[in-house]
Amino acid sequence: MTPPALEVEGVAFAYPDGHQALFGVSLRIERGERVALLGPNGAGKTTLVLQCNGVLLPGAGRVAVAGLPVAAEHLREIRRRVGIVFQDPDDQLFMPTVAEDVAFGPANLGLRGAELETRVKGALAAVGMEEHAARPPHHLSFGQRRRVAVATVLAMEPEILILDEPSSNLDPASRRELAEIVTGLDITILMVTHDLPYALQLCPRSLIMNGGVITADGPTPDLLADAELLAANRLELPFGFDPAALRR
Amino acid sequence: MVLQIGGAGAAPPNPPSGHSHALYLPGTSPLHRARPQCKLAAAFLFVLAVVATPREAFWAYGVYALTLAALARVAGLPLRTLARRLVIELPFLLFAVFLPVVGQGQRVEVLGMSLSVEGLWAAWNIVVKGTLGVAASVILAATTPVPELLRGLERLRLPSAFTTIAGFMVRYGDVIADDIRRMRIARVSRCHDPRWIWHARAVAATAGTLFIRSYERGERVYLAMVSRGYAGSMPVLEDLAATRAQWLAALALPAAAALVAATAWGIRP
Repeated sequence: MTPPALEVEGVAFAYPDGHQALFGVSLRIERGERVALLGPNGAGKTTLVLQCNGVLLPGAGRVAVAGLPVAAEHLREIRRRVGIVFQDPDDQLFMPTVAEDVAFGPANLGLRGAELETRVKGALAAVGMEEHAARPPHHLSFGQRRRVAVATVLAMEPEILILDEPSSNLDPASRRELAEIVTGLDITILMVTHDLPYALQLCPRSLIMNGGVITADGPTPDLLADAELLAANRLELPFGFDPAALRR
Repeated sequence: MVLQIGGAGAAPPNPPSGHSHALYLPGTSPLHRARPQCKLAAAFLFVLAVVATPREAFWAYGVYALTLAALARVAGLPLRTLARRLVIELPFLLFAVFLPVVGQGQRVEVLGMSLSVEGLWAAWNIVVKGTLGVAASVILAATTPVPELLRGLERLRLPSAFTTIAGFMVRYGDVIADDIRRMRIARVSRCHDPRWIWHARAVAATAGTLFIRSYERGERVYLAMVSRGYAGSMPVLEDLAATRAQWLAALALPAAAALVAATAWGIRP
């Protein structure tokens, strides 16, 4: 039996200033699943994401990526397995050209020469940005930069792709383009968002997080149709969005 | 800071592209294709030769200027563009203008003004050497993109900490300039109209906020780097080593300039 892509068990975490963000989070994501992590601002979503690649280490509980526990001795392998696309692409893209930025991760893994080039080309092709390889990231539009940010992580051939608020600040066309890219990827995805329609469009399953714990886990249409559950977790569907239509 | 060529008013409201490459003029001339480290070394040594030339040797400066003009022509850099970019040295030349007036020693009458001969020589010395040096830099900057300049500096054994920091500065200069622009617009939209010294408080607060924001961005960038396996040193992606022939071609320029300088010293009365 293959281990799940991501396994989190009873993880609790408090920041050094004493603020406790996670109170015993458990979840399991199987290989090939696309799961949305929903929750209001301050629910602990980003803190949980940083537990997954060992930037933060849990005070209690354990995290494992494809069977490998997140611990100091194999952080490098963990960070290869977990690809995080951060919210602001300007935080992620810092090299002089798009191609160099995409090469940064695999080069850190020791890849060089033709092998590295293949990775970069493949990752840029996956997000439809091959023709922009030689351009500086800051000459791209916001939507293009987010796609390149996805490519920088894909180039590391991760076990699981974590997208932090992928639809934020995107215009409708870029949002649709990104959705097409995400659905076209053959990879496990955890999408952190409070954009409920986007979660519905892309992820068959959702987790709801609030106050540092997972409060619901189920098929996305069912969760979004439960008005009381959403209200209890400070989540709201956009105006005019009919939850009854979701069941059909 | 980012050098804005078109002035603040020329910036589009939501610039898709920054200004940090404004100095680079794309091309395929031999100058564009030369290795950045060769160009950097050649430009630096050329400037050294110019500075070492005796100020009385007018002909030598003529040779230098013609050489640079020829290089600009090879690079496809219009002389008018070159001249316009030389304007950047004007503030530094202001100092030289006063030298003939305040200089000591023997004086001559020029247009009814009594000017110091020693001061005139000093002013000429500064103006001609400064202009040639800036012209060489302008040609270098017009034919070499900034990232390549940085790689060239790295090849010349500049500590990678310096080039990495400079690289981040170039990358985030536009982002921070954009932050400044947005914060200014937000201030002005709330009827802030700084005229007097006591209005400086809001501007100072903006600067403070900008610092904190940039600092926090730095932490997020680092986090994103660590998440992609960064372990303290930037990976070297391509080998930019220059061949002996490339070095020889590039160093021909400073060698010729050194010859001119040496000749000028040799035939000095």
